[in-house]
Amino acid sequence: MVVKSVIEAVREAIREEMERDPKVFVMGEDVGVRGGVFLATQGMSEEFGADRVIDTPLAEASIMGIALGAAFRGMRPIPEVQFSDFVWPSINQLIGEAARACYGTNGAVQVPMVIRIPYGGGIRGGLFHSQNVETHFFHTPGLKVVAPATPYDAKGLLKSAIRDNNPVVFLEHKKTYRLVRGEVPDQEYTLPIGKADIKRPGSNITVVSYGLTLHYCLEAAEELASQGVDVEVVDLRTLTPLDTETILESVKKTGKLAIVHEDNVTGGVGAEIAALVAGQAFEYLDGPISRICGPDVPTMPFAQTLEDAYMPTADKIADGLRKLAAY
Amino acid sequence: MSVKIELPHVGESVVEGTIGKWLKQPGDPIKRYEPLVEIITDKVDMEVPSPVEGYVVRFLAAEGETLPMGAPIAEIATADSPEGAEPVTPSPATPSIQVEPETPAPTAQPTSPGTTGYLLKNVTPVGPTGGAAIENAEPTEYSSPPPVAHAPAAAPTPTIPAPAAAPARTTGQTRLSPAVRRLAETHSIDVSNIQGTGLGGRITRDDVLKYVASGPAPAQVAAPTAQVEGQLSADGQETHVPLTPVRRMIAEAMVRSVSNIPHAWSTVDVDVSSLVALRTSVRAEFEQREGVSLTYLPFVIKAVVESLKEFPTMNATWGGDKIILKNRVNLGLAVAAPNGLIVPVIHNADRLSITGLAVAAKDLAERARTKKLTLNDVQEGTFTLNNTGALGSNISGPIINYPQAGIMTTETIQKRAVVIDNAIAIRSMMNICLSFDHRINDGAEASGFLAAVKSKLQAIGPGTSIY
Repeated sequence: MVVKSVIEAVREAIREEMERDPKVFVMGEDVGVRGGVFLATQGMSEEFGADRVIDTPLAEASIMGIALGAAFRGMRPIPEVQFSDFVWPSINQLIGEAARACYGTNGAVQVPMVIRIPYGGGIRGGLFHSQNVETHFFHTPGLKVVAPATPYDAKGLLKSAIRDNNPVVFLEHKKTYRLVRGEVPDQEYTLPIGKADIKRPGSNITVVSYGLTLHYCLEAAEELASQGVDVEVVDLRTLTPLDTETILESVKKTGKLAIVHEDNVTGGVGAEIAALVAGQAFEYLDGPISRICGPDVPTMPFAQTLEDAYMPTADKIADGLRKLAAY
Repeated sequence: MSVKIELPHVGESVVEGTIGKWLKQPGDPIKRYEPLVEIITDKVDMEVPSPVEGYVVRFLAAEGETLPMGAPIAEIATADSPEGAEPVTPSPATPSIQVEPETPAPTAQPTSPGTTGYLLKNVTPVGPTGGAAIENAEPTEYSSPPPVAHAPAAAPTPTIPAPAAAPARTTGQTRLSPAVRRLAETHSIDVSNIQGTGLGGRITRDDVLKYVASGPAPAQVAAPTAQVEGQLSADGQETHVPLTPVRRMIAEAMVRSVSNIPHAWSTVDVDVSSLVALRTSVRAEFEQREGVSLTYLPFVIKAVVESLKEFPTMNATWGGDKIILKNRVNLGLAVAAPNGLIVPVIHNADRLSITGLAVAAKDLAERARTKKLTLNDVQEGTFTLNNTGALGSNISGPIINYPQAGIMTTETIQKRAVVIDNAIAIRSMMNICLSFDHRINDGAEASGFLAAVKSKLQAIGPGTSIY
């Protein structure tokens, strides 16, 4: 297998699906001639034409509204939000409409679109290029929310998302784009949405994460292994629908759970997982459920020192896991 | 005009009073300073006199009611007011005590929903906004219980039974986690037999699983309790405890040391984070391999004996007209034995590995506690090490084990905020304290010795060989 970056995997998935299905098209700011600010759609304008790779004005509400209308009429749009921080003007189209259309029409209308959102910090992007937005979509029934961490998962899940008849919020951590590399099969494959993946089996502690912090969890797990603590790392890959089965199985095996994400700790994905485990695996718990997450500050700080303080790191995670191991 | 009579402040710590008995009734004339009411507080019972002359108009509190100091309790119409010109005659049909609650009855429209708010009930919203229906709706009742009216009412008898006393824990341990409870139940185990290895001695899931795998352990021997027996003195004011031989010996040794040796003290702190990490990573494997638990002690011993070799005057004795350097390093370990302190010695400690030291220290400590030491075990020490940290101490000034040149303590390992390269870090820190014979060494040697021990302890890392 060939080793690829996350951004290459994303690009391949879009291209393959556009070749496979003429209903698939891309729209967003700078996605056409310039190939996207992260080059996710590089070369596609030439290959598929401006009709299928549409440059739009800086108007997210319009991007999402147009995509929504096209999806209502049977197209399979892939609107791109240039940075997650810009998604807010389109929230009505996403949460108010896309999430509810199928349910509200008793299935008469379907919304087969994939909203690609580069998100996350740790890239010195400051206030307006670093936000974690997943909790808002995670909270909203009617959306599927996918957040892969590796090239293999990104490609397989993006292809599944494009073929899905529901609106899928596809979160790509922008720091992983070129930082994370991995093997991607040459032949066609898809991965099921809603299935977590155990990236590292272990027996002492379960740590659940997704996106960029998954890799920090794996680093921390390595460090703890040298100290005799065997950590199991569960990659959620999909936030909605949540793979409760894999989480519960793992915690029942290890007895201890830590949840790691970059998004603010309060009311985040970790809170839901903590509630799930406390409710359904209570008798297996041998320690307090702990969360190692971004602090509750309004946005990613600009100052490097403060951004470093914000971000979960392998060291911070290892520290938390050591405490849990000693409990 | 009418005057509101307030419950008077009677003392700094008295915050409330109970109406004991009204001494006047509504309608009664009352003179200034004439007793109006008996008030009961937790400090004093007293009669409250009327501050004015007039007629009692009404009571604002009932007998038996407890009110904060300063609360209005009665209204008196003064003689100069129009309504006070004539006595207010109460209706004969009404009871003598009139109580007017300040809060309207619960059925009345609430004046404020409070911070909790209230839900409109029996209202069906109509249309997407539901506005008209809601705006016209009368709030009929609180969805939550109405606020307790200020009016005195028979206090509701508490119906919630007091929680049953928690079952006595046989272990004195912290709480059991759900996993431990479930496992203990599944295997029908009494967890009080399990020695916890978790935080603060908590019994972990693994402790239970290991216990199950190893089969039940023999009943534990009761821990020795500190029992002091003695005789009451003639006047009954004191208890005289006769000295045990060991106590007498310790006393004499201490006096000899302090009277003969001019003690001086020094302390440094050591960053033992790497040592902690190393020990944590290898302790399980070590225990399995050597059958001895790996403590910090052998690492400290090693650092001390090596430093003693660098500073031979710390491994020495005062000879009156000379200093006697000891060529062997025989390290004494202060051990708290049942009868008192005893200092068994690891002879030629400089020739042992970490493992060898761990085994030797454990053997000596065990025999000290079981009184199986031989004379040889306690002789010829050249320097003494005392782990006062095991007792929770953070700094100490030990007395030298006469006639040695010094004694060093290791103190509690604590996580502290320390500054490293202009950044604040959390590190595992430990103080080491040295008492030294100032006849033999000066501060320079003592500090050098401590610095040597410190650098050796801080140099320990993942690569340090322990076998």
